[in-house]
Amino acid sequence: MNKLKALFAGESVKISLLSIVLGLLIGAIVMIAGGYNPLLAYQSMLEKIFGNAYDMGEALRAIVPLIFTGLAVAIAFRAGMFNIGVDGQIVMGSLGALMVGNMISMPPIIHAIVAIIAGTLLGGLWGALVGVLKTKRGINEVISCIMLNWTALYLSHMVIKAFMAEEGTSRSQSIQESASIQINWLSGLLDGARIHWGFALAVVALIAYHFYMNRTKWGYEIRAVGNNNHAAKYAGMNVSQVVIRTFFLSGMLGGMVGTFEVLGVFKYMAIASATSGLGFDGIAVALLGMNGALGILLAAALFGSLMYGAQGMSFGANVPGEVIKMVISIIIFFAAAPGMIRWLLNKTKRSKQANREG
Amino acid sequence: MKKSMLLVLSAILLFSFALAGCGSKSGESSSSGSAPEESGGKKLKVGMVTDMGSVNDKSFNQSAWEGLQKLKEDFGYEVKFLEPKNDAEVIPSLNQFVKNKYDLTWATAETLDAAVKQIASENPDAKLGIIDAGVEVPNVASVLFKENEGAFLVGVIAGLMTKSNKIGFVGGMEIPVIKRFEAGFREGIKAVNPDASFKPLYTGQFVRVDMGKSAASTLYNEGVDIIFHASGLTGNGVFNEAKERVARGERVWVIGVDKDQSLEFGDEITLTSMIKKVDEAVYQISKDLADGNFPDGKITYMGLKEKGVDVAPTSSKNVPQDILDKVEQYREQIIEGKIQVPTT
Amino acid sequence: MHNGEIVLELKGITKRFPGIVANDQISLQLRKGEIHALLGENGAGKSTLMNIVFGLYQPDEGIIELNGQPIVMDGPNKAIECGIGMVHQHFKLVPPFTVTENIILGMEPKRGFGTDLKGAASRIAELSKQYGLNVNPEAKIESISIGMQQRVEIMKTLYRGAEIIIFDEPTAVLTPQEITELLQIMKRLVDEGKSILLITHKLKEIMDVADRCTIIRRGKMIETVTVADTNQETLAEKMVGHRVQFKTDKRPANPQDSLLDIANLVVTAENGQRAVDGISLSIRAGEVVGIAGVDGNGQTELIEAITGMRPIESGTIRLEGRDVKHGSPRTASEAGISYIPQDRHKHGLVLDFDVSENAVLKSYYEERFNHKGLLDRQAIEEVAERHVEQFDIRTPGIHTPVRSMSGGNQQKLIIAREIAKEPKLLIAAQPTRGLDVGAIEFVHKQLIAERDKGKAVLLVSFELDEIINVSDRILVMFNGRFVGETTPETTSDQELGLLMAGKHQGGDRG
Repeated sequence: MNKLKALFAGESVKISLLSIVLGLLIGAIVMIAGGYNPLLAYQSMLEKIFGNAYDMGEALRAIVPLIFTGLAVAIAFRAGMFNIGVDGQIVMGSLGALMVGNMISMPPIIHAIVAIIAGTLLGGLWGALVGVLKTKRGINEVISCIMLNWTALYLSHMVIKAFMAEEGTSRSQSIQESASIQINWLSGLLDGARIHWGFALAVVALIAYHFYMNRTKWGYEIRAVGNNNHAAKYAGMNVSQVVIRTFFLSGMLGGMVGTFEVLGVFKYMAIASATSGLGFDGIAVALLGMNGALGILLAAALFGSLMYGAQGMSFGANVPGEVIKMVISIIIFFAAAPGMIRWLLNKTKRSKQANREG
Repeated sequence: MKKSMLLVLSAILLFSFALAGCGSKSGESSSSGSAPEESGGKKLKVGMVTDMGSVNDKSFNQSAWEGLQKLKEDFGYEVKFLEPKNDAEVIPSLNQFVKNKYDLTWATAETLDAAVKQIASENPDAKLGIIDAGVEVPNVASVLFKENEGAFLVGVIAGLMTKSNKIGFVGGMEIPVIKRFEAGFREGIKAVNPDASFKPLYTGQFVRVDMGKSAASTLYNEGVDIIFHASGLTGNGVFNEAKERVARGERVWVIGVDKDQSLEFGDEITLTSMIKKVDEAVYQISKDLADGNFPDGKITYMGLKEKGVDVAPTSSKNVPQDILDKVEQYREQIIEGKIQVPTT
Repeated sequence: MHNGEIVLELKGITKRFPGIVANDQISLQLRKGEIHALLGENGAGKSTLMNIVFGLYQPDEGIIELNGQPIVMDGPNKAIECGIGMVHQHFKLVPPFTVTENIILGMEPKRGFGTDLKGAASRIAELSKQYGLNVNPEAKIESISIGMQQRVEIMKTLYRGAEIIIFDEPTAVLTPQEITELLQIMKRLVDEGKSILLITHKLKEIMDVADRCTIIRRGKMIETVTVADTNQETLAEKMVGHRVQFKTDKRPANPQDSLLDIANLVVTAENGQRAVDGISLSIRAGEVVGIAGVDGNGQTELIEAITGMRPIESGTIRLEGRDVKHGSPRTASEAGISYIPQDRHKHGLVLDFDVSENAVLKSYYEERFNHKGLLDRQAIEEVAERHVEQFDIRTPGIHTPVRSMSGGNQQKLIIAREIAKEPKLLIAAQPTRGLDVGAIEFVHKQLIAERDKGKAVLLVSFELDEIINVSDRILVMFNGRFVGETTPETTSDQELGLLMAGKHQGGDRG
């Protein structure tokens, strides 16, 4: 209990909370400037998120991938590396799941499990590639990530067109029903919202992440490398191996996103012109969540529902969805530049002092 | 200290809400003041969902939205659009309208077909419409344009107007509908100028102005003097590149798409446009619903004959009359079925 | 004795950080033309106090007066404006820039749209002459010595019109000769009317140059004394709070068989040059071998080669007759080599880890802590508690991040960890760098104790006192080679200083 209290009294938590308030506040000011009604807009947003069973379910559906991408980015952050290749790892995960889900026939449940494993592994290997390039060839992970994102995208186009093209459309054929991970009874209960087993796995992943980072020797190594890789080397850790392993895990988490989107949400893969951007949203989630499991859960819930609720703002108050993107950006901005908030906090403190003295 | 800081902030927040609340009341009443003069049947609520594009794309989606706005002006329909920001939001967006009992929900892209099919099946009482795709479900009206026919005509213009004998095409993604543009355009050129070389280029993107610009730059550098684009917002980049080149004294042209883009980008660079009357289709079919003639379960084909595609009426500014006459001849032949324009 | 007017006065300065009072009602008066030393152990609050003077921190209580006027220092710019300059322990210079460019950085004199480099350079030359700094304005920072770089830092403060100069541990990085020169420069500065605040824990320097000395201990001010009326022993006692011994007690060594044998070792540095150039060395169990030398003469590379952190070009390293040359840090560690690294922040610790996590940095994977990947928290905490107790590590608890601990306590933790491994060979590089008298005494005792337990100890240090005090045998390293071997009984500061500067034993090397 005390631990919990200490957690919320920490300065960084205050900064995160203030960032959120400031984000919504500045968003409101911009809406006023644009002639919109922020009160109505935020109200419509809340209605869109909590208004009915369907929307609540769909908001959950929007949160799940952010939990995974947040974790994927966070685990790399903890090792001192920047994985902006989660988008590509998602694509590879989707592709792996799709290939198993579409091209192979298996009994239900087993089919889904095999498809999940395939997607997760493919995403993991795609991530590990970044780690290998970094440690063996000294290529900066940011650069290889960006390139591999596009490589993954176009590779998926090639594979889909060659093996699973749905005639006359720009997407793949659907997966077989036996590979679906949608939870039909829950979906039915939530008025058709696309709820899938990925949600349960997200909770498992959060707990596993926390446990892995803090209680196992592998997590210990990741944190040591991330905080001070010189000391990690001095202590006899195999830094290269830790880097590759971290990217593999990060890629696996990304791959799971792709897997669940295909098996639980879309059932097919689109020949999209760009990657989903979920991996980049994951950066925001990890940043605001301060790389901790609980923080990531809360940040993913916040951003996921904000993004989903943006449609409500658009529908109810005619506010363009971009405003929500802006609100999120402002939150990230303040969370990433805590100096601004500290300055604000100090300013009030100092003016108080001045009042007292004067 | 920090508590008071939060207090101050929330006070500001509340204050700004209150302020906005007062301000918007007057605004709302004025916006709802445009009462309909005449009625095309009962007042409908019509929604529209784009495909991750924007209703300000100066092209396809904007055209559809203009059709809806015209309905609002003419008959006082309640119209609204949603722009999903990612694939996963498409279904909730459609549902937003359907579950709010909109009389008709348009989906303005081929890529939305699976979502429309699903929503229509789940909500048999709702009516939906889709552009550029055929969805064979009883409560969906589908509209397919014969872009190849219209593209053929601007191909004729390009084939006869080119000086360098090199003609280019910038496409968005390589999907069937864009392929129809390319095929029609290619055949139109071939029909009047078999010697001209034809260079198609796909950017893979509908929303990347920068990529449109670099694609256009590549083609113009290869000696192409006329580019036809079918790439949504990406095409704005094609126009930007042409504008710069014309300003430098190069004589290059762009052929616009979907709308009469000379109105947007000017006659100095817009040779002509192949218009796709999405607004017409949306307007007409929405009105049909009010009149009780909704073509549900059917695919409406809009070609030259149905006046769903055409050459922009402003073309005479840049295109000589003899060429326009030629275009008319070909139009006749296509309508009569003497020429079958391929789709790929 | 100087009796100049008071230029800077601190009155009742108090600064609290979460869980600690760093400065508790500290008062201090700096007179014009005096060198005023601020003496205290690491973590006593010296740096906090100076950061308050320099405007980097705001005091919670108390006031700063400049020439009798109260003033709010709200940032370094304000401090500079007030004529206060600071020479930091870690230089803030841009290596590829010239001296002039570094000095004017941030306040470039404008001429038209360009920078008036010439004018600046001539002014720098002028200042250099006035204060006897002997700085070449055209030289690039990367090509001049550490001592010279420090003078550039001094010049920077003078160029910005400083009347009060704060020196933060200025001799930590210098050779004995450079220290002598620096102290002369400081005297020259006060002769020219400047006032100096000297932060240090080196008693010798205080005795040499300071007029008065303010001692603080654990955030509290103890006393301001006139240096002429006191001596090192008294100062040390006031600083530490109890009597200190300067000379480490040790019995004569009782060396056994040779433990570490290095033959013709060649090691390359990052820049591709031979940092260790064919060295041979053997250390016996039960002796302390000290390697003296100025930083950058291959000591680091030598140690890194022995500990498996750096590949070797040629030669052999044998521990108890077994070759360890292809080792990794882990195999070296498992072979029985412990290593107290020179840079404890870079190599020795993960600063954001807590005490317990740092305590097992090298052994976390061993079976006693690691059950199939799962770390045994209880076992780890027990070890950490034991270290804290046995080595008197002062920390609020074993779950305190080591970043918030003082340098001395951080070093104690490293030593505890390395000694607890029961090594055969203990390597200590600059083990007392930045530590205060009390902590130094402790470290030296530990090294001797290990020797007496029959281990081989290799000590690398840039501090002659330390080398002479602890070693049984002394090697002097210069340019990747050993240029002399001697014993503490038969050598002097003088001789070692000359050897370190590359002069051969018994005369110049032509």
